[in-house]
Amino acid sequence: MATDYATLKKGGFMRQKQKNNFSLRLRVVGGQMTAQQLAKVAEVADKFGHGYVHFTSRQGVEIPFIKLDDIDAVKDALAEGDVKPGVCGPRVRTITACQGSEVCPNGCIDTEALAVELDARYFGRDLPHKFKFGITGCLNNCLKAEENDVGIKGGVKVEWQADKCIQCGLCEKACRVNAINVVDGKIEIDRSKCNYCGRCAFGCPTDAYTTTPGYVVSFGGLFGNRISKGEAVIPFIDNHDLLLKVCDAAIQWFDDNANPSERFKYTIERVGEEKFNQAIRDAYNNG
Amino acid sequence: MSDLNIEIDEEVDITNVVCPVTFVKAKVALEELDDGQVLKIHLNDGEPVQNVPRSLKDEGHQILKLIDNEDGTYDLIVRKVEE
Repeated sequence: MATDYATLKKGGFMRQKQKNNFSLRLRVVGGQMTAQQLAKVAEVADKFGHGYVHFTSRQGVEIPFIKLDDIDAVKDALAEGDVKPGVCGPRVRTITACQGSEVCPNGCIDTEALAVELDARYFGRDLPHKFKFGITGCLNNCLKAEENDVGIKGGVKVEWQADKCIQCGLCEKACRVNAINVVDGKIEIDRSKCNYCGRCAFGCPTDAYTTTPGYVVSFGGLFGNRISKGEAVIPFIDNHDLLLKVCDAAIQWFDDNANPSERFKYTIERVGEEKFNQAIRDAYNNG
Repeated sequence: MSDLNIEIDEEVDITNVVCPVTFVKAKVALEELDDGQVLKIHLNDGEPVQNVPRSLKDEGHQILKLIDNEDGTYDLIVRKVEE
C-alpha cells in the first residue's frame, strides 16, 4: 500500500531524510505543556524515537525518528498522556504566545488564554497556505508578533488623572516615543506618537493614569525566504470580541482570495493592500 | 507636593553602575533603612531613570519626587515601604 504522505503531514508527521522515519510534530498551545504531557513525550521519545526531542522555532515539540510502522502505537501512547499530534502543510499552525499578564510583570493581556481560544477556533483549519498566529503580551514583543501572518500584541490605552498626579515627570522620562510632555503642570499626550506600551502608567508613583488593555494586530508577516514585517490596520483594538471578529475577517479574506500555495502577504500585495485594509476596517466597524 | 520639604535619611549614588546593578544597588540601600525612612537615589538619564523608579514601585516602595539636576542626572526620592 502506498504511503499517504499528505495525510501524514496533515497529522504532524514530517518525513525525514531517513526512509520510513518521521519527525512527529506535537500540538503545543501558547508554548506550554503540562508536566504530565512532558513525561509522556519523554517516554515515547525513549521507546519509539532516539531518546530526544527537537524544540522548533515556533514553540513546537517534535519527536524525531518515529518509524512508519509505529505511527498508530505512538499516537495511542501519546493520547494516554493527553498529547495530541500537531499539523504541518497548508493550514493554521501552532498558536504561539509569551507567558503574558498571568505571569510576566510587563504583560498587558492574558496571552495564554487567548492562545487557547484561538487554538480552539482556528488550529488546523485548511487554507491555501500555512497560516501563523503569534501572541505577545506587551510592546517588548518577546514573541515577535510581526513575524506572523496575524500577530497580536498586548498594550494599554492610557488616560491621565490630574487629581492624582504629583508632577514628578517620571512618565515623560519613561516614554520611549516622546509622546508625553509636561506643560504648565499638565500632562499632554500626543496620541499620534503613543504606541500603547503603558510605561508611563506602570512607572507612575501615584497611579495617575487609568489603563485600558487591548491589542495591536498586524497582518502579513513573513520570516522565511522573504522577510516582511506584519502591518497593523487598526491602531488599537480595546475589545476582545472585536479582536476575534477582525481575526475571523483576516483568515476568511485569505481563504477567499489567496491562490494555492500563496502566503498571506503575497495575497495582500496581489489583490491590493487597500482592499484588504477595507475588509478589516469593515469587520472592525460593523463588529 | 513638590514644595514639601522632605527629610532625607540616606543617599545612594547609582550613576557608576549599569542595569541591572542600578536596581540591585538601590534595593540594597533601601534594605538598610527602616520602614518609612526616605532614600535619595542619584541616577543617570536614559535606562536608569526609565526603569529604576518603576522597579522600586513594583517592589511596593513609594516614589515621592524626581528632581532633574539638569546635568544628565536625577535625584529620585523614595520612601521605604515594608511589606
